[in-house]
Amino acid sequence: MSGIFTKSMARNIFYGGTVFFFLLFLALTFDSHKEFPKRDNSQNLTPQVIAGKKIWETRNCIGCHTLLGEGAYFAPELGNVYPRRGPDFIKGWMQAQPTGAPGRRQMPQFHLTDEELDNIVAFLKYTSEINTANWPPNIEG
Amino acid sequence: MQYQSQAVAKPYFIAAIALFTGQILFGLIMGMQYVVGDFLFPEIPFNVARMVHTNLLIVWLLFGFMGAAYYMVPEESETELFSPRLAIALFWIFLVAGAATVLGYLFVPYATLAQMTGNDLLATMGREFLEQPLPTKLGIVVVALAFLFNITMTVLKGRKTAISTVLLLGLWGLAIFFLFSFYNPHNLVKDKYYWWWVVHLWVEGVWELILGSLLAFVLIKVTGVDREVIEKWLYVIITLTLVTGIIGTGHHYYWIGAPEYWQWWGSVFSALEPIPFFAMTVFAFNMVNRRRREHPNKAAVLWALGTGVMAFLGAGVWGFLHTLAPVNYYTHGSQITAAHGHMAFYGAYVMVVLTLISYAMPIIRGRAANSNKAQVLEMWSFWLMTIAMVFITLFLTAAGILQVWLQRVSDTPMGFMATQDQVVLFYWMREWAGLMFLVGLVTYIVSFFVKGEDSAATQ
Repeated sequence: MSGIFTKSMARNIFYGGTVFFFLLFLALTFDSHKEFPKRDNSQNLTPQVIAGKKIWETRNCIGCHTLLGEGAYFAPELGNVYPRRGPDFIKGWMQAQPTGAPGRRQMPQFHLTDEELDNIVAFLKYTSEINTANWPPNIEG
Repeated sequence: MQYQSQAVAKPYFIAAIALFTGQILFGLIMGMQYVVGDFLFPEIPFNVARMVHTNLLIVWLLFGFMGAAYYMVPEESETELFSPRLAIALFWIFLVAGAATVLGYLFVPYATLAQMTGNDLLATMGREFLEQPLPTKLGIVVVALAFLFNITMTVLKGRKTAISTVLLLGLWGLAIFFLFSFYNPHNLVKDKYYWWWVVHLWVEGVWELILGSLLAFVLIKVTGVDREVIEKWLYVIITLTLVTGIIGTGHHYYWIGAPEYWQWWGSVFSALEPIPFFAMTVFAFNMVNRRRREHPNKAAVLWALGTGVMAFLGAGVWGFLHTLAPVNYYTHGSQITAAHGHMAFYGAYVMVVLTLISYAMPIIRGRAANSNKAQVLEMWSFWLMTIAMVFITLFLTAAGILQVWLQRVSDTPMGFMATQDQVVLFYWMREWAGLMFLVGLVTYIVSFFVKGEDSAATQ
């Protein structure tokens, strides 16, 4: 690393390499955007789903659960909870929280209205229909 | 101290260590909730504790980076800081905003907090690590820009070195990519895609520039090796970092609805991401072996070497462990992810900030190095925290392997909670290792108050 390979050569390779790979990343991002409509289930992005996503965010669900594998690992994956449990179970479950079972993990009670519960279910249904390349490996998430 | 204005770094370092302590206490609460589910419920639900734990980590590392920049840049630029008063003002603004945000998390229901702080105007909250209310996010931008103005003006009026250039690039990148936290499309796939432009392009991109710059600075100081050699290494390392890390973002795009070619791009490039970390380890040991002086601050040298090794293990090895798409298909979002996250953040960012604090703090306090007694205690804290983190990582990895097997690989997959009950032993061991970490942290703090004979004052 001495003699012929100088600091200014190292610097030029840094700037050149960074710019090249960042442009490549932008190109791949551009192409991804063209592919998104085939996979992202955006045709089902109804006002109800959008309202559900906001409830998901403002109750900080990601602070315990994962969604498509991202989030905290304290509570079950919810990207596929819709096919796993169905709409009625999800609503009933949220209304029954917290279980108060001693020593067990507790989910807060969010006091959602029936309409808000329907919104969150709609959001979870939309999420479950995103093409995730067959992830998770099975229904347990 | 060569320049009086370097002293503004001191409150930043003190705040960083105080918030670090808060982070660890909330980590212990969460670790306890993993085994005794209703611990502190409903006063501190898990999601609140986690927000505090992760947000404190980010904020104290930012305090550490800013303090480091205020200390390093005048010395690198050979001139006083552009505006020490601005630096002190920003310190208080950032500290008050950070404290108010954490108190908001703890004492206001999150949905109410969102309503109070204008989340209906621009919905940015409730996404992992970006949970901050809108005013806090805007505050971060304002503080970051004013800080960058101060640092950039200092560099512009003084000597320009590779170390300060790389540091500036990293810090500007940090501010620029944070802007993606304001973009929250309804489309979940796009939301996740650009969320990673903050999270991944920070920790596996521009933050590594800051890491390299801090490490290079301390190595020049403690080894006396020629600047030309160290700065050449620095450029090589950060080239490897960005060449692998930018496209390496693809390892987060496998299962979120992005095109499947990301499985190839992400696997190939992120498999190369350990290389810059390996280079960093070789670099640190190589420079220390070729040292031209015996610096009296042995503790700082230990932290610098430790950063190289632990960053390589945590970010490099534990990252590689689950980065290939066929492996990640099973491990995605499991305790293996948590194991990697803990050791990578500790090894890369916690340790480099502590390296710089270890080097700079004695000088700010008017001596080249702390007394032998204080250094011995600091080195004890190094080993306690580092070994505790190794154990935390190993226990979470064991829990993760079992979890993946029982829940995802087995012919008769178990449900999430049933699986959690099976791995509870490892969560207990993780909590004990966490307590050991806390003992190490307390030892570290105590080492600042140990007297004894100082080494001769410097400069």
